[in-house]
Order: sequence, then C-alpha cells, then structure tokens
Amino acid sequence: MNQGLSDPRSSISGSAVRRGDQIFRLITVGSGILILALMTSIGIFLTWKAIPSFSHNSSNFFTESKWFPDQSTPIFGIAALAFGTFVAALIAMILAVPTGIGTALFITYYAPKKIAGAMAFFIDLLAAVPSIIFGLWGLQFLMPHMQGVAAWLDRYLGFIPIFQNRSDLYTKSLLIAGVVLAIMILPTISAISREVFNQVPRNHVEAALALGATRWEMVRMAVLPFGRPGIISASMLGLGRALGETIAVALILSAVFEVNIHISEPGGNTFAANIALKWNEAGPNGLSALIASGLVLFLITLAVNSIARGIIARRKDFSGA
Amino acid sequence: MAKRIDVNNLNAYYGTFRAVADVSLTIEPRSVTAFIGPSGCGKSTVLRSLNRMHEVIPGARIEGSVALDGEDIYGDGVDPVNVRRTIGMVFQRPNPFPTMSIQENVLAGIKLDSGRKSKDELSEIVERSLRGANLWNEVKDRLDRPGAGLSGGQQQRLCIARAIAVQPDVLLMDEPCSALDPISTIAIEDLIHELKNEYTIVIVTHNMQQAARVSSSTAFFNLAATGEPGRLVEINPTDQVFSAPREKATEDYISGRFG
Ligand SMILES: Nc1ncnc2c1ncn2[C@@H]1O[C@H](COP(=O)(O)OP(=O)(O)OP(=O)(O)O)[C@@H](O)[C@H]1O
Ligand SMILES: [Mg+2]
Repeated sequence: MNQGLSDPRSSISGSAVRRGDQIFRLITVGSGILILALMTSIGIFLTWKAIPSFSHNSSNFFTESKWFPDQSTPIFGIAALAFGTFVAALIAMILAVPTGIGTALFITYYAPKKIAGAMAFFIDLLAAVPSIIFGLWGLQFLMPHMQGVAAWLDRYLGFIPIFQNRSDLYTKSLLIAGVVLAIMILPTISAISREVFNQVPRNHVEAALALGATRWEMVRMAVLPFGRPGIISASMLGLGRALGETIAVALILSAVFEVNIHISEPGGNTFAANIALKWNEAGPNGLSALIASGLVLFLITLAVNSIARGIIARRKDFSGA
Repeated sequence: MAKRIDVNNLNAYYGTFRAVADVSLTIEPRSVTAFIGPSGCGKSTVLRSLNRMHEVIPGARIEGSVALDGEDIYGDGVDPVNVRRTIGMVFQRPNPFPTMSIQENVLAGIKLDSGRKSKDELSEIVERSLRGANLWNEVKDRLDRPGAGLSGGQQQRLCIARAIAVQPDVLLMDEPCSALDPISTIAIEDLIHELKNEYTIVIVTHNMQQAARVSSSTAFFNLAATGEPGRLVEINPTDQVFSAPREKATEDYISGRFG
C-alpha cells in the first residue's frame, strides 16, 4: 500500500499517492463528520418536536413542577424532574466516584495479585449487568434494607433538612434511587480508572518511591495526578449513565411531581424515568412536552461533558501525555 | 551527612532467578564509586539493593546485608521509606513528574517530610537544589512551568536537584548520562565532582572514560554466562583498575572497550 517508500522509481519530489493514508484520512474525517452530523440532527429533531409544547403551556416550563400537558389548559414544567435527576445523580456520584477510584487503586496498587485479578474480573462483569437487573435488585433487596439507614439518617442527622423524614415512610425515595444508580455506575468508573492507573508509567512510580514516598504518598504524587484526566472521563461516563438511566429509576421511584428536599421520603422523579412512564399515555401535547424535557436532558449532558473537557484541558501542559 | 556503605554477601533474586551472587564491597563516604561491567551483569540490581528499591519489583528480594554507617538497612524494624529518604536515586531515563512544575518537582521529596516549611524556606530549598544541580540559571524564570517541558539533559539535572533537595546521605545514579548529549554529560560529570564533597555517590556507567573521569573507586561486575548470576570481579581505586587491573577479566573488558 505504501508505494512512496517501497517503490524505488518514485523520486523524493514526486507526490506519491499513498492509498492507505488516503483511506485512513477518509475514514477518520468521515466518522468525525458523521458524529457531528448525528449530534446536530438529534438536537434539531428534539427542538423541532418540542416547539409545539412551548406555545401550549399555561405555566413556566422551567419553574413549574406539575406535569399536566394534556389538559385543556396545559400546565407542565421540568422543575421536579430536573431536581430529581440532579439529586439522584449527585447521590450516585458522591457514593460512586470515591468508591470507584478507591477500588481501582486497591486493585492496581494494594491488593495481592490473585485477589486483584479476581476483583477486576467481577467488576468488569458487574459493568455489563443490564440496568433492569439493578432496578429489580434495588426494589426487592436494597429498598427494605435501606429503610434502616434512612431512619438512622433521619434520627441522627434529621436536623439537616435533606435527611429529615416527615412521613415515616422510607421507601421509593430519591435516596434509594441514588444508591442504586451509584452501584450501577460504580463498575464503569472503577473499570476505566483501573485502566488509567495501569498506564501510569513505571518510572514515575519508581521516582516517587525512590524519594521515600509511602505507597499512599506515591499514589498521590504519581498515580492520581497522571490519572486525573482519565478519572474525570470515567466519572463523566458514570454521570452520563446516571443522568440517563430510565428503567431502574422508574421502577424505584413513586413518581411525584414536586420538589422535595427531604430525599429519603417517597417521591421524586427524573427526566428519563418520566419520559418512560408517561410516553404511552401521552396525548399530542404530552409527547411534545416529554420531548422538550428530553431536549433539556440532552443539553445538560452536553454541558456536563464540555465542562469536563474544559477541566481536563486546563492543565494540558502538565498532563504528561 | 555522607555515609559509608558496607555490602556483605549480597544475593539478589527476581522470583527464583538469582541475578546477583555473593557481592561484598565497601563504599567510602565522600567518594564516587563507579559500577562497570557488561549488560545484564547486575549493576542496576546491586545499585537498587542499596536503597531498597530492588524490592519494589514484584517477586524481587535479596539475601545478605547492606549497612549504612554500620546500621543494616535490611534489619528488622527498618522502614524502607526512611532508607530511601536517606539514600537518593537518579534513574537512567530522566523521570520528572509530568504533572508538576519545575519547582514542585524539586520540592516533591520535601513535601513528604511531615514538618511544615514556610514559603521562604521552600524557595530557598528550590534555589539551593537547582544551583546544586547547575540548573538554576536556565530555569529560574520559569519555575512554574512543567518539568517535562525541559530538554533531556535539563530534565536529568532536575531529577538530580529533586534528589539532593532532601539532602540525602548517599546519591545513587544509574547511567544518569546515557540518554544525554556530550555537553549535558559533561555538565553532569562536573556536577558529580562538586557533589562528592558532600555526598557518597555511586554511579553505574557503560562509559569507561566517564568512570575514569568521575570516580575514585571502580567496581567491575561480570557474569560467567547468560543465565548465571552476575558477580563482583574486583573493586579497587579507579587508576589502578584502569592501569593495572588485578583480574584478567577486568583487563579484557576494559581493553576491549578502549580498543
Ligand atoms: N524486573 C526484572 N525482572 C526479572 N529479571 C530482571 C529484572 N530486571 C533485571 N533482571 C535480570 O537481572 C539481571 C541483571 O540485570 P540488571 O538490570 O541489574 O543488569 P545491568 O548490569 O544493570 O545491565 P545494563 O547494563 O544493561 O543496565 C539480568 O539478567 C536481567 O535480565
Ligand atoms: Mg542497568
């Protein structure tokens, strides 16, 4: 394929056609454009389908919590959905990011080889479990067992409003949804972080150790800074899954359209779960409204990713890549 | 500061493979000792045994003893972390931390010490170490730029600055110039000359002229055949090793290289 170098007749000045390069270029540029085109067309499609609902809404789309788009005077808004999505994803991230990174560190730098291999295997397996399974497990197993935790939080940390529970019901809450999401995204975060930690150059690790770093100091000095962009990417992938997760959340939450900061009380709702639950019963304006909420979720995801890219790029000089 | 090292009957293993057998030698304080010998004879392994860096490789271990001013660094209750803080190391490939600035690189070891230091103290240490490594003039205006943005020779001197910032008793260097150009090499050799007034220095090198130029003692290692462990053939004052080596093997090796 590479005729330019192997063909003795071609002179240096002649612009030999390298077909391999051309094909490669075509493929990379082509797929780049394709992805951009896809993103834009999704965005345009969502906006197009969402527009009708904006003019058929007697309330404010962004501040309204209720969801009655198919009434004769439609009232609907994303306040409760945005709040629920945010809270569930936040709980998931708070729990899953440190644990995921911790597990990855344990596997790469602390655990004996055999245990590390087995753990890595199981985490990879866990990452492939479909979310409906997590949802069922959350509903059947975790929910009853979480009641004690939620009650404990209420009793001892109840002075903090978010942990306060005024209902004596501790099930079907955003808290439980967040925990299930955390368990769901943990393997993703952990598996990717592990890959990144494995790529930390041996000579950086040795540089730290030779300075007299303990293992934890070595991790802080050489591993975490080097892995930082990877950790952020891993977390973003996890966050993406948490934001978009539908079925598990829909199973767990008892859809209530209100902003309730008491996260262990039943209720709450998310963009994705709401779309799944309401789609079949929705009338024309209802569908348009659901798509509008989907558009918001799409934009949030884009924004989150851009911010993450920005954070990664900020110290590019120091990335070591 | 500078301390004496006594190696007694050192055997070093990678798993079940014995890479080095029965090495005993003494390294005097405030001197430069060069390790020479063919590739694979165990120079790096012995060097890394001197500050317990050998054991960070999975499955690697040693037998025998290494004493620093009479204290066995492999003794019970000796923390390898403390050993490595006392015995600094410079590697063959320059390895500044890519995520740190020049200044942060120099202070990397200092930051490990528990005691808090004031800003003034820290910048004093930075300047002293960079001056010590003959790098100050080249980088003093860009201390907050990434260390990985320097040339290879500058990076290696940065690594030396990082190693001497914590004022170790001993400095181990594993082929510190092998990735460098002749000018940078001379800069580092000059540096070694200055450093030996304060430190005990051990340097591994493939370059005979370099060994002859910088060291006061030379240890020649050899291995009988591949798969056999490397052994110390002789350790003697450098002039003697290069003019009248005691062992035939040394003479063969040196003359082979000198042509
Ligand atoms: N990480 C390792 N795992 C297994 N064997 C190793 C490892 N490092 C070195 N060895 C073996 O130990 C022996 C001595 O290696 P060492 O690196 O000490 O040699 P050296 O004298 O420094 O060689 P060179 O001059 O090429 O650097 C060699 O046979 C080598 O293959
Ligand atoms: Mg070596």
